[in-house]
Amino acid sequence: MSLTNDRIKERLIEKFGEQVSAFSEPYGMLTFEAPKEFNLKVLNFLYDDDELKFRFLTDLQAVHYPDNKGRELAVVYHLHNLVDNVRIRFKVFTDINTPDVYTATGLFSGANWMERETYDFFGVNFVGHPNLKRILNVDEMDYFPMRKEYPLEDQTRIDKDDEMFGRG
Amino acid sequence: MGRPVSYNVNVKPLEKDISIAGMPDGHQGEGFFATKLNDVVGLARKNSIWPLPFATSCCGIEFMATMGSHYDLARFGSERVGFSPRQCDLLMVMGTIAKKMGPVVKQVYLQMAEPRWVIAVGACASSGGIFDTYSVLQGIDQVVPVDVYVPGCPPRPEAIIDGVMRIQDLIGKESLRRRNGDRYKQLLESYGIQ
Repeated sequence: MSLTNDRIKERLIEKFGEQVSAFSEPYGMLTFEAPKEFNLKVLNFLYDDDELKFRFLTDLQAVHYPDNKGRELAVVYHLHNLVDNVRIRFKVFTDINTPDVYTATGLFSGANWMERETYDFFGVNFVGHPNLKRILNVDEMDYFPMRKEYPLEDQTRIDKDDEMFGRG
Repeated sequence: MGRPVSYNVNVKPLEKDISIAGMPDGHQGEGFFATKLNDVVGLARKNSIWPLPFATSCCGIEFMATMGSHYDLARFGSERVGFSPRQCDLLMVMGTIAKKMGPVVKQVYLQMAEPRWVIAVGACASSGGIFDTYSVLQGIDQVVPVDVYVPGCPPRPEAIIDGVMRIQDLIGKESLRRRNGDRYKQLLESYGIQ
């Protein structure tokens, strides 16, 4: 019997009950969320269980929703079951003022650089990360560029013609 | 098929089998030729530039095309491209330079020996190009002094060759004492280079 989204959902609810919520299937990929304290428990369960063998971390990223007060930063994990070829998306929401999330580096070594990138661009502090510092931006940068509160353009340019950019 | 070719359709006969660089002005007689040292040194330097390609992105591919046999840069004396700054004259920065890469370009520039020239190929190296963002250096002239800018995104190989030819003009006319003069020192000071 192959592993279907319904079966995964059943197993998760059986194990975690009310903690996992917001199940949806955009484009056929099961997506759910859990409170941030449970992120390692859920990841470990998905890894260790012999029926749901989600042992490959495809992606770890964050999204900034400036309008959801109290749940602004979402850390998104994409996991893949290589044996049955099933993918799953797991989201953890956190407040922008205390963006602490437990690190997944103990479980997946690929999470190391991906968490550094997420820290660099969104400011999510991964608790327990061995080397959390900026990876792609300049070390002296004091803001987190991908948060929607900062401008995309380089502010040191003085020669830009506002008319041409639709701002004049 | 597209339109028929309308340019360059008449075969041009080869004028000379070998082309030699022009002779500088001077006074010549039986067995001697007197000219200015500046001219001779300039002639030698400009026809044997050793470029250092600092190719980062798409302009690097155009440079590869320029060095290929169709648009040959080796005709102009730049046969030997070196990747060691200690041995090269011309730093060709081709491609987008991120702010994190800026100190690296500066370091490579510092390792070059005088006389050295810098050519910024492409829109990104000249001014940040279309990437007007927090991570891209808006022009390498923020970290190193540049002699020639080649605009284009990417510039055609003919444009890169034109840039190199202008560098050759600069080299040919450069005074031998320029690098020791005050103005040059001030230029380097403004970049923080001793």
